[in-house]
Order: sequence, then structure tokens, then C-alpha cells
Amino acid sequence: MLASDLLTIDPRQETDRLVEGIRDAVFKQFRRRGAVLGVSGGVDSAVVAYLCARALGKDRVQVLFMPEVASSSDSLRLGKLVAELLGVRHATEDIAPALAGARCYERQADAVRLAVPEYGPGYKFKIVLPGLAGAERYSIFSIVVQAPNGETKKVRLSPEAYLGIVAATSFKQRVRKMMEYYYADLLNFAVAGTPNRLEYELGFFVKNGDGSADFKPIAHLYKSQVYQLAAYLGVPEEIQRRPPTTETYSLDQSQEEFYFKVPLEKMDLCLYGKDHAISAADLATVAGLRQDEVERVYKMIDGHRKVAKYLLSPPLLLK
Amino acid sequence: MSAQTEKVEPVRRFIVDNFLFGRSDGLSDEQSFLDSGIIDSTGILELVAFLEETYGLQVNDEELIPDNLDSINKISGFLLAKLGK
Repeated sequence: MLASDLLTIDPRQETDRLVEGIRDAVFKQFRRRGAVLGVSGGVDSAVVAYLCARALGKDRVQVLFMPEVASSSDSLRLGKLVAELLGVRHATEDIAPALAGARCYERQADAVRLAVPEYGPGYKFKIVLPGLAGAERYSIFSIVVQAPNGETKKVRLSPEAYLGIVAATSFKQRVRKMMEYYYADLLNFAVAGTPNRLEYELGFFVKNGDGSADFKPIAHLYKSQVYQLAAYLGVPEEIQRRPPTTETYSLDQSQEEFYFKVPLEKMDLCLYGKDHAISAADLATVAGLRQDEVERVYKMIDGHRKVAKYLLSPPLLLK
Repeated sequence: MSAQTEKVEPVRRFIVDNFLFGRSDGLSDEQSFLDSGIIDSTGILELVAFLEETYGLQVNDEELIPDNLDSINKISGFLLAKLGK
């Protein structure tokens, strides 16, 4: 069994199926005139943009770039490149003022100072998980802070600091979604979500933030399958090669550091293994991990799924 | 009640109050918090903060493992090792 065999799809067949699915969702089920989506400059939103343009026509796709203080100029540039290549409608909405109005940055800084009292202007930070190496450890976040002079330090987060940082930071995803629905209402379009399977299944999204959408065309695809589609659809190479980041914190933070603890391509395989009841021993050989590492990742997946249950749950009706 | 049981009683009360919402029935000393879904990753943060404040100890990063924290019995053993009494 080779890693490449497990996750290979027929990109043409999958594209045709998704194009049909998007048309059905937008035109038939929702009776909307097109789709809105946020494009971050990453491969997931680029693939969804390409699929929507192919399904609905370029005039029926509205792409939004929504930078804020922690966004990189590369993201905006690459997002605009996607829009230009596709010829779709696009708009830039700077959400920093809205975030400042909601005191997102101020609340975030207050929460960071619970862990690092000296944190202030000129400082940068990110939150990270311990790696997979070593004994089985709880997934407890630490904060990495970089002072203006470049010195970094790592501090384990208290519950108050962790919850405070996450709550404040989640404003970003929720304000973006608010903007997407503004355009959806304005244009009578539906909102396309852009999570991939890892993000969707394991709860790597903000409830009523990037977790919210009217349809999610790639939520069933493993990350490596998204890349296969990206190559087939002609997404710019620079976007395909870009390492995935969260672009949420002022210090660059990989998705591994924030959520997955292992490289994305191995996380893909582990999730596939868990979904298809492949034993840890067998999956370890394929994934190039030790058996005990796969067992820990399988347990981590179980833990993430429990969190995801709340994030994915629709409102409970207490009849 | 043995001295060790008495020592870990505040932990039991903390878990019942914060994760079982006051219902202590069914929380056995050997019950795995992870397996029974009683405590999630945010809850572990709260438990660690409670242990540090209540017992005046420092839980090091490498001690944040289920073998030390995943049941009343395991916490009792961990406290014994850390505090030596």
C-alpha cells in the first residue's frame, strides 16, 4: 500500500461532479443567482473559486479579499491573481476597522498579557501545541512571543489566557463571514465555504465564522486531494507551493503548530486511516511514522472530533 | 478516610463541581477522564491551574501526561510523587 495510492482521485471526474453539485446547490436548492466566497490567497479558497467560476460562470461569482492587521501582502496579491485569472467579480474589504471597533485587538492583547505581562506595541505572538514526539502529552497550548528586539519566549497558557486569546481572535473569522453574508444578501448569492476535510472533520474552524456557509464544495476532500484538483484546474503554481498558514496571529503560525501536531500530508493519511479503519501498524508503514505515533494521532483525532461535534452542531430545539 | 484520600478530596470536589455540574454519582477513583469524556483539553488547563494553586506546586510541561492526570487515582499518585507526602 503506497501513500499516493490511498489518496489519489480522478481530478477531472471529481471536478465534473462538484461543478454539477455547485449548480444544483446554488440554482436549484437555494434559488440564488451566484456564489460569494472569501479568498485568502491559499489553495483551498483558490480551488473553490475555480470550481464556482466553472460551475456558475464568472459573472456569478463574487470573491472577497478581507485583510486585517495580521494579513500578509502576499495573501492579497495571490487572491487578486486568482480573481484576475478567472475574470470573476471581486472586492477588497479591509476588516481591521471593524475588528478595532469590536476591540478585537485590544481584547487579544489583554489576554496575551495574562501570560506575558510585558507584551505591548512592537511585540508579535502565536499560539502553538506541543509536537508529537515523546510521551503521550495533552494538547495544551503555549504562546510564543517575539519582543521588538527579536528575542522570543514560550509560555504555557492558563485557561483564562487561552480562552481569552481564542475568543478575541475569533472575531476575525466572524467579521469576515459577516461581510460575505452582506454581499450574499446584496447580490442574492449563496455563500461558499472553503474548509477541506481535515478542517471540517476535526473542528479547525470558528463556529459561525469560517465554519459557516451555505455550501462547502471541498469539505469531503483530504488536503492532498485539494492539491490534486488545484493542479488539474490550473491554480497558480505559487499558490499550490505556498505552505499553509493560519494567518491569524502576528507571528507566522503553521497549521501544524496550531492544530495538527504533525505535517499536513501525514495528518491526511492518518485521518484517512482512521476513517477507513486501517490499523495503526499498517498506517505507520504507509505514513512513515512509528506505530505509537499513529496511535497518538488516532487518539488526537478522537479528541478533535469531540470538539468538532459542538462546532458542527446546528441549534438544538428543546421541544 | 486515608490521608492520601483526604489529600486528593479537593480534586474530586473540583472535578464534580466543574465538569459533572455537582453530580458526584458514578465518579470512581480509577475512571479515565479522557475515556469517559469528562474533561477536554481546555478542562485539563483548568485542572492543572487548580492543582498548582491548591497544592502550591508547578506542573512541568513533560508532566502533562495522562499517566499523571487522567483519573483521581493517577492524580493522587502524581501528588504523592511531587509533594512527597
